[in-house]
Amino acid sequence: MQTSAALTGSRIIAAIKASGIEYVLSVPDIVTSAGLLAPIARDKELKLIRVCKEDECVGIACGLAYCDERALILIQHTGFLDSINAIRGIAVEYQQPICMMVGLLLHDPDLAPRESNRYGVRIMEPILDGMGIAHHLIGADADIAKIEAAYREPHPVAFLIGRSPS
Amino acid sequence: MMKRDECFRVLARHITDEAVVATYSSAVDWVEIAPRVLNYTSIGAMGLDSSHGLGLALGRSDRRVVVLQGDGSLLMNLGSLVTIAEVAPKNFVHLVAQNNTYEANGGHPIPDPQVDFAAMARAAGYAAIYDFSDLGVFTQQVAHVLEQDGPVFATLHIEPSKPLIYDYASLYDPAKRVAFKAAWMRR
Repeated sequence: MQTSAALTGSRIIAAIKASGIEYVLSVPDIVTSAGLLAPIARDKELKLIRVCKEDECVGIACGLAYCDERALILIQHTGFLDSINAIRGIAVEYQQPICMMVGLLLHDPDLAPRESNRYGVRIMEPILDGMGIAHHLIGADADIAKIEAAYREPHPVAFLIGRSPS
Repeated sequence: MMKRDECFRVLARHITDEAVVATYSSAVDWVEIAPRVLNYTSIGAMGLDSSHGLGLALGRSDRRVVVLQGDGSLLMNLGSLVTIAEVAPKNFVHLVAQNNTYEANGGHPIPDPQVDFAAMARAAGYAAIYDFSDLGVFTQQVAHVLEQDGPVFATLHIEPSKPLIYDYASLYDPAKRVAFKAAWMRR
């Protein structure tokens, strides 16, 4: 169970930059829309690529990874679910370091995702576990340190955002 | 109407240090005609070849990327035309072999053989558009297609080919991915 706590978008963005990220690949997600995507779009140090469908992000991030460029994929959990085959093939089977920040649509931030009353949210962590993808819940500022730590690993990772960043 | 392997033999005469991204039937023909370390054939999910190519083009803007995509693959990722046109990488060449079939999956037809990919790419905003049905014309213009500022798009209208052998273990060989990266990142 999470506790009500602040999650600050500017701190997440600082962690993204500190992780050496230049490219953010995104389809808008309502959980992260105002607190993350909007300031990222205004940020001159980050290059935002707006894609039409979430699985494009996985291919683009893979191509960038071959150039030693780590990207951040910023999507909604519905887009993650729609992109599972690409994530399976590229991130898992090819072992590419694909990093995803996934907004949990309509999730109650004071509940753990597995306890969500939303089916689509409730199945996220079991799916990630089943695919062998490391995942971290980013529900408060205290969790933001997990972002830099995860980017130091050469593995795919998912950051689950259950609370709209301010 | 052209044959894919004939087009690729012509294309291969102009390929030097570009990354060539190819999948399924295009990959089978291409790696037979032009086996080289800078062939990128591990796509992971049908349709994402153009998206991989965009990532490669962004990450190495000093080198050119050529994507050899089938019509079925592009239909699975039509939105990538809009994404690529908006990002507008100058080093990106997108060639689509249109034989109107899902050749690797039994030769079944695509939903509409009349689909006009070049018109779609033009509407999306690609910098240059071509539509080739004649091998002589393709031979004459291919150097220019590859050299000009992108994103460049060309449809290659081809016949369905003879039955191919799809050696996916070789196309998806992890060692080839490692070798590709080393060669692609070499300055």
